[in-house]
Amino acid sequence: MSLYTDKVMDHFENPRNVGILENADAVGEVGNPVCGDIMKMYLKVDNDVITDIKFKTFGCGSAIATSSMATELIKGKTLDEALELTNKSVVEALDGLPARKVHCSVLAEDAIKVALIDYYTKNGRELPESLVGFEPHED
Amino acid sequence: MRVYADNAATTYMSEAAKAKLIECLDNYNGNPNSLHSDGQRTQEVLDEARQTVADCINAAKANEIYFTSGGSEADNQALISAARGLASKGKKHLITTNIEHHAILHTMAKLEKEGFEVTYLVPEANGIVRLKDVEDAIREDTALVSIMFANNEMGAVQPIAEIGALCKSKGVLFHTDAVQAAAHLPIDVQAMNIDMLSISGHKFHGPKGVGALYARNGVKLVNVIEGGAQERGKRAGTINVPAIASMAVALKEGCEHMEENMKKVSALRDRLIEGLSDIPYSQLNGDPVKRLPGNVNYSFEGVEGESLLLHLDMYGIACSSGSACTSESLDPSHVLTGMGVPVEAAHGSLRFSFDTDNTEEEVDYIIEKVHSVVERYRGMSPYWEDLENGKREHCIPM
Repeated sequence: MSLYTDKVMDHFENPRNVGILENADAVGEVGNPVCGDIMKMYLKVDNDVITDIKFKTFGCGSAIATSSMATELIKGKTLDEALELTNKSVVEALDGLPARKVHCSVLAEDAIKVALIDYYTKNGRELPESLVGFEPHED
Repeated sequence: MRVYADNAATTYMSEAAKAKLIECLDNYNGNPNSLHSDGQRTQEVLDEARQTVADCINAAKANEIYFTSGGSEADNQALISAARGLASKGKKHLITTNIEHHAILHTMAKLEKEGFEVTYLVPEANGIVRLKDVEDAIREDTALVSIMFANNEMGAVQPIAEIGALCKSKGVLFHTDAVQAAAHLPIDVQAMNIDMLSISGHKFHGPKGVGALYARNGVKLVNVIEGGAQERGKRAGTINVPAIASMAVALKEGCEHMEENMKKVSALRDRLIEGLSDIPYSQLNGDPVKRLPGNVNYSFEGVEGESLLLHLDMYGIACSSGSACTSESLDPSHVLTGMGVPVEAAHGSLRFSFDTDNTEEEVDYIIEKVHSVVERYRGMSPYWEDLENGKREHCIPM
């Protein structure tokens, strides 16, 4: 299907890191069923490194593919590196998304940010500057 | 296996329709408006096609058929003609439903901007409009009622004969968008008191880019396309005789075999409806009986239609979805939400539309694969997880 790139279709057909982490150190969920998109990310963090990550997504093909790609991009990275993940980098890693699907990648970035906020908050740590006052986008 | 189950989007052309198209391209290429014999031979083919289309919907006269570029143009012209034609008589009110095709809804919106008032009727939960609501909506200044024959998304068939009789008794023009019904359901414009009716060739195995507007003699048409005097001066543009003749052949084929086709196709439809009914928290959208022979529209809670559609496509199954993610607007189907289907359920909808080429084996394959994809995507849906553990409430009963 030419709507999506081969990379998008690959991540849709064989999504990486699907599932839940039973004893996750942080969880981030964004979206709602009325909008038709929900992403939930689970992080395992060790010495400020994301050692494991899982996701569950309710949404279209590109929502699933962007979740999958986003988890791949930050798995094994430090929290600071994960903070730098942008929706643009997810889109680029997927060789592009149709214009009207770019919001899916924003959702993926937001889900990770919400998970990171959960981690810092749970551990009584100060939020990095870029996360202070962060609100996920209205889908 | 490759299964084409999206015949409501478009059909493949029949062999007879293809043959007629080629025959016309080779032998009837003249402009029917030309006086030389090439033109006149083509004119004869055009006359024959017009008569065929008239016969298929029981129009009183062939000259009540106006060929157009398709269903959308016919819809546009019907509404604009009724509105602008009757405005001078002080009739500035139009009635339609909120589940029409956008060719109707967007034209209505345009007319609203021109100062017309439009009433949008809301159907019952089964997708069918109440006759009483139509009656109550008709006013002294109502120019037109436009209600689709059968819905393209969820297949519900409207009480067209009853609405036609009502409109006639009230002296109001009645138009019906019969794009999904033509060649699939019996149409009799005289018995059903239909003043105007739209059809589209590619929905019944004819070519794309061609359709027709039936307008009963006495209904004044307003041009949408200005230019030459083709189509009794009501639709300019060199007449696409090959496509028109091909469409007429396809329509005739469909009408001649309608009874057997309806029997065969509705059996496939009911087999799929039955086969999907054991999926928990799913529902059939649209009336189970008063529906197009080939239409199945199902909602599955907790999953999103586009992902189901994409995965089914990988299995070789072509269908469509009312999910927001399959639309340009990012809004879910206005038809499903318009008849009261919760937005969450509209997101998780799939439409399968069958025709005579489909088989029981194909339906069984669809049943198997839909079970598999719904299970797969529910398994990775945080929304489904919340429904399962009671964090969110189901909107579809088990």
